[in-house]
Amino acid sequence: MITLTADNRTIQAREGSSVLSACLSAGIYIPHLCWLEADAPADAPAACRLCLVEIEGFREPVAACVVTVENGMTVHTGTETVRRLQKTALKLLLSVHRVDCKHCPANKACALQNIAKFLGTGLGCKPFERVLKEPDVDSRHPVLDYYPNRCVLCGICVRVCRQRHQRPLLSFARRGFETVVGCFDADPVAAADCMSCRACLESCPTGALVQRTVVKG
Amino acid sequence: MPLPLTAEDRLHLKTLQPQIAASPKGRGQLIPLLQMAQKALGYLPDEALSLVADHLAVTRSEVYGVASFYNQFRFNPPGKNPVKVCMGTACHVRGGEIILENFERKLEIREGETTEDREFSIERVACVGCCALAPVALVGETLHGHMAPSKVEGLVLRVRLEKEKAEREAAHS
Ligand code: SF4
Ligand code: SF4
Ligand code: FES
Ligand code: FES
Repeated sequence: MITLTADNRTIQAREGSSVLSACLSAGIYIPHLCWLEADAPADAPAACRLCLVEIEGFREPVAACVVTVENGMTVHTGTETVRRLQKTALKLLLSVHRVDCKHCPANKACALQNIAKFLGTGLGCKPFERVLKEPDVDSRHPVLDYYPNRCVLCGICVRVCRQRHQRPLLSFARRGFETVVGCFDADPVAAADCMSCRACLESCPTGALVQRTVVKG
Repeated sequence: MPLPLTAEDRLHLKTLQPQIAASPKGRGQLIPLLQMAQKALGYLPDEALSLVADHLAVTRSEVYGVASFYNQFRFNPPGKNPVKVCMGTACHVRGGEIILENFERKLEIREGETTEDREFSIERVACVGCCALAPVALVGETLHGHMAPSKVEGLVLRVRLEKEKAEREAAHS
């Protein structure tokens, strides 16, 4: 076991685990979107930049999901600098987000809403300009609808799909502002088992993946 | 919606198949194989992505994911008269975006797409080097400067008329 200090408390963590996982296990909340419970520091994609903390001896704030715990480490999760950076990171995510919670299946169970609440900010993105993708719904997946403007590109759906299936269906596509996730297979048979799995649907922190309701005509 | 394959496309796929089958396997081959496929067909239809995916035993979704990362790969056939609308700084300032929109509306396709008859495709390009003529568009090899929405209609019409004329002449001879 490793012993470290987080927010003036002495906590213990398994060797090799991340600062993020150590703090969360000790009941110290750090906002995070792209981390999976089983992630060791080397596995974490560190894509969302929300889990920033300050660690004594480090020159700059670091993503807690990629730093391995060490004996005697002193971590601060709630400094002014950390909060300011987290608010900016959240605003950047929201700057490419269509905030329309009333019509979103994730409403009230949404990681973005929870993090905004925790940070004491709203779901606005000022001073950043809002840039949305088109079209609003992508129906290339045979049974799921993908809402690119709700997706935070955390990559969790792609990763759980890879973990569960030898031939995973989901993948990232394109790049930059145009990056999306989805299933890009013209053959609908490929997705025959999706509805018995649902791993991606259930692990998406937002309302970006929705089971398509087939309108029988 | 992807455009249906032409007879020519099918022919190219047929020659591509043994070429791919004879290629080495392994993930590192993904990009070279995609390049081989695009060279054969001029673009990457689903059928070509499938050939590559099956050869490497990865999913088509993943192959598309990788291919779509790179600008060099296209998923729509190039039109016989590719329309390239300049989005360089000068053309942007002079309303290049509006010219693009006019072509999109006139041809009823979006940027990156190809008309059903494969006559036209639209893409945006960076500065083509004649900013003094901004806004600029290329139709096929021909450069058109000082573009205006009113010129779009005429350009498209001219290409279509020329094609009709050529077809008529071909029928007569
Ligand atoms: S994903 Fe969350 S923040 Fe976005 S619209 Fe849905 S509920 Fe609101
Ligand atoms: S669809 Fe959901 S899980 Fe997948 S990358 Fe987007 S936000 Fe993350
Ligand atoms: S949880 Fe660490 S960067 Fe997303
Ligand atoms: S910006 Fe269009 S030609 Fe230079």
